[in-house]
Amino acid sequence: MMKPLIPDTKIDIHQILENLHDYQPRRRGWVWRKKEPVTLNAFTYEQASPSLKRSVPLPSARALNHIDPQPDCVITTEIASGRFEDDIRRMRMAAYHGADHVMVIRTAGQSHFDGLLEGTPQGIGGIPITRKQLRAQRRALDLIEEEVGRPINYHSYVSGVAGPEIAVLFTEEGVNGAHQDPQYNVLYRNINMVRSFVDAAESKRIMAYAEMAQIDGAHNANATARDAWKVMPELLVQHGINSVYSEKVGIAPENICLSTVPPAAAPSPDLKLNLPYAVALREFFSRYKMRAQMNTKYMDSSTREATVTHVINLMISRLTSVDIQSTITPDEGRNVPWHIYNIEALDTAKQALVAMDDLLSMVTLRTDGYLYEKKREIQERAVLMLEEILEMGGYFEAVQAGMFVDSGEYPARNGDGIARNMDGGVSADSVITRDVDYMAPVTAHFGYNNVKQYDASRVDDPASLIGGCTFEKPEMVQFIDELDPTDNVNLRLEETEKYRNSPFVKPEVEWLGDGVITMDLFFPISEDIAAEAAIEMGRQMRLQDVEVIHQEVLHPSEGTRIQIKGRIDFDIDTSTLKRREKTNLLPEDEILAYVKNHPLKVIAGTGGQDEHSVGIREVLDIKHGGIEKYGIPYTYLGTSVPIEKFVDAAIEMDAQCIMMSTIISHDDTHYKNMEKLHQYAVEKGVRDRLILIAGGTQVTPEIARKHQIDQGFGRGTKGHHIASYLVKRLQEMHHDQD
Amino acid sequence: MKERHDDYEMRRQHLKDLSDEALKAYFFELTEKVVDPLLDLAHKNTSKSIERSVLLRMGFSSIEANAIVNALHEYGLLSKGAGHCVYRLSRDMKMTLREAGKQIIEGDGISTLQAVFT
Repeated sequence: MMKPLIPDTKIDIHQILENLHDYQPRRRGWVWRKKEPVTLNAFTYEQASPSLKRSVPLPSARALNHIDPQPDCVITTEIASGRFEDDIRRMRMAAYHGADHVMVIRTAGQSHFDGLLEGTPQGIGGIPITRKQLRAQRRALDLIEEEVGRPINYHSYVSGVAGPEIAVLFTEEGVNGAHQDPQYNVLYRNINMVRSFVDAAESKRIMAYAEMAQIDGAHNANATARDAWKVMPELLVQHGINSVYSEKVGIAPENICLSTVPPAAAPSPDLKLNLPYAVALREFFSRYKMRAQMNTKYMDSSTREATVTHVINLMISRLTSVDIQSTITPDEGRNVPWHIYNIEALDTAKQALVAMDDLLSMVTLRTDGYLYEKKREIQERAVLMLEEILEMGGYFEAVQAGMFVDSGEYPARNGDGIARNMDGGVSADSVITRDVDYMAPVTAHFGYNNVKQYDASRVDDPASLIGGCTFEKPEMVQFIDELDPTDNVNLRLEETEKYRNSPFVKPEVEWLGDGVITMDLFFPISEDIAAEAAIEMGRQMRLQDVEVIHQEVLHPSEGTRIQIKGRIDFDIDTSTLKRREKTNLLPEDEILAYVKNHPLKVIAGTGGQDEHSVGIREVLDIKHGGIEKYGIPYTYLGTSVPIEKFVDAAIEMDAQCIMMSTIISHDDTHYKNMEKLHQYAVEKGVRDRLILIAGGTQVTPEIARKHQIDQGFGRGTKGHHIASYLVKRLQEMHHDQD
Repeated sequence: MKERHDDYEMRRQHLKDLSDEALKAYFFELTEKVVDPLLDLAHKNTSKSIERSVLLRMGFSSIEANAIVNALHEYGLLSKGAGHCVYRLSRDMKMTLREAGKQIIEGDGISTLQAVFT
C-alpha cells in the first residue's frame, strides 16, 4: 500500500513502479461530477459541483478569500509527452487545477499496430499505450484523486486494428473512457471498413460492460475538410451513425458522448456559424452527452489566439449545454503540449465557465429568425444526406463513392471527399465468418456465440464455462513488464535521477531536466530578418537547439514579435540559495477587528532624492487593496521626503508607524537612508514606540533589518502583507507593555 | 463523387413541412437503416483482434494470444473461435486453459482440434 499523497511532497515515481504486477485498479466506469448549487464567499453558483479538498484557485482568487468554485461539467486535459513517467507529475498539477478527465494520446503509429504493445518505450507525439504504462498511471491517479477529493476519469483510444484487445486491456486496467468510432479508422487511418465495423461492435460491447464513457470521432471531419464549416450536415450524420451503432451494441445513452467541435473559428463569424450548429446537434442528440472541444483546424502558433477561440467555445457551451468540456492547450498549434499550457487551458475553462455561470437564466436563444432557420437547414441537409446514402446502397457504398469529408456543403459536392474501397485499406479481407459452432467463453462478447452446444444454461453467462474470465477474476490477468532492454522507463529514470529529489534543478517544459526555456522578444525590424536575429541572440546567450516557435508582425517595418525556445546546459544547486521568508498572513477579518479596537496611524512617503510613488501608493490606497482597506488611515508626505520629516510628522500626528519607500541606488543611499531614519528616531526618543518599515522593489526583509529597520517589503507586496505585519507587531508591543 | 451544385431547395420539398420532432424522428429512422446491416455483419463475423481479445480475457498475455491466433488462423480454425479451441482442447485433454493454449502454440494441439472440428 502506498501512502496517501500530501501537497508538500512530490509523488515518488519509483514507488509507483514498485510491485506493479500486483496492483489492481480501485474501480471501473465513468464518473460524472455531482451537479449542485454551491455557495462560496457570498456567491451562489448554480452550474457548479462540490469544491475540491485540495486545489489551486485562479490567480485573482487572492482577493476573494481563495475560493475555487468548480463548474458542473467534467473538464478534460490531454497529457502525453512521450514519457508517461513525467506525465504523472503533470496529471497531479492538472488535478489541482480542476481536471477530472485525463486523456492520453497514443504514440504515432499505434493505431496501425496489429496487437498490443508492451513495456514502456518512449513515444513520439504521444505515449505507447501498454499494460504497464496504464497500470502505473492509473495507480498514480488513484492516489491523486484521493488527494484532491474527486474521482479522475482516465481515458485513451480504442481504435486502430487492435480495438477489441485494447478495450479488454482498458477494462482490466481501470480506464474509464475512450474514443471509439469506426468511421475514424475508415476515413482517417485507412483501415479496412468491414474490419473496422466488425471490430467496433466487440470493442463497444466491452466498453458497455465496463461502463466507460465513449467519445466519437466526428470532429476529425472539420479538421480535415478544406472549408470546415461546410461539413456541418455530415457531422450530424457521422455522430448519428456512431451513436446509434453504439447504443444498439449496448452502450448506455448516458455514456455515449458526441465529440462536438465548432466547425469555424474567428476571423470567420464564429458564433453565426457555430451556434446554429450547436443548437441543431443538441436538439437531435438530446439523449446523448456533449463533449465540447474548440476548433483546432484554424489554430496557429499564437497561444493568445488559441485561448480566445477556446473561450468562445466555452461560451457556446454555456449558451447551449456541455457535459465534458475539452481543453485544447494553447500551444498545441506548435508543439506537443507543455506543462504550463495544460494548466493555462484548464484555468481558462474554469474561469470562463464560472464567469458564465447560470447564463441562461439571463439570456435566451431565439427560436425564430436566423438562428432557427439555420439550425433547421443544417438538420434537413443531414437528413437528405442519409437519404442519399441509403439510395446508394448503404454506408460502405457511400464511402466507396467518396460521400464523406467532401468540402461541399451537402447536397453540394466538390468531388474531393475521402473514398475508401470495401476490399482495400489496412487489414483488408481480414474478417472471418463465424461457423455454426463458433463459440467464445468470455464476458462482454458481441455477436453470434454458440454456448448452448456445451451448456444451454450458460447462454447468458458464457464465461461461466471456464469459471469466469479476467473481468470477474482480475488475478487471471498476465502482466508483462518490459520487452525492450534498450528503451524503457528504468533507463530513462536513471538518466534523470540527478534531478529527482535532489537540490539540483533545471527549468523544464515537459520532461524532468529537459532544460528548455522560452523567450518572448520584440525586434524593431521587419519579419524577414527578425527571426534570424532572435536565433542569433539565443546562440549568443549560449542556448542550444534554438528555434523560433512563434512570430507575429506588429508592423511591416516597425517591428516583429518573436518567441524562441532553446535549451540551457547548466543546472542550479538550490542548496546554495537562500529561501525567501514565508509570511503567515492574519485573516482579513482579524486585522479589521483589531484595527477597529486599536486605532492606528501611519506616515508614508518616498524617502530621499526619489520621485517614485507607484509602489507605495499601491500598498496604501484602498483602490489597490492597500492598508486603507483594513481601516488604517495614513498621511502621505509625497516623494523625495527628507528623512527627518518622516519622524517629525510621526511625532506631530501621534502615528505608530513610518512606511518609507526607497529604490536601490548607486552609492548605497537607500541603506544610509534606512539607518538615518532609525538614528533620527532614536535621537528624538521615539524609536521604541515607532514601527519603521522600508519598501521597494529591491528591498528584502534581510536588507531592511540589517540596517536597523523593523521590517522590509519587496516586490509583490500587497496591503494585506503590511497590515498583517503591523497588527502582529502591535500585538507584540502591547504584550511587552502588559 | 461527381461535382454538383447545391440543390438543397429542390431536394428539401418533402421535408419542409415536417415538424422539428418529425424531422428528428425521421433522421434516426434513416440512421437505423444505415446502421442495421453493419451490425448484422459484426454479428456474423470475427477477426484476429476479436479472437485475441477473447484469449486475453481467458488469461493469456498479448504475446501468447497473438501466437495462438496465428497458429489457429494458419489451419483455418478461427471460424470456430480461438477461445472455443482452447476451451475444447482443455476439456477433451483434461488440462488447464493455459496448458491448452501452450499446446496450440507448440503445434501439438492443432491436430487434436482438427479431428474434433471435422
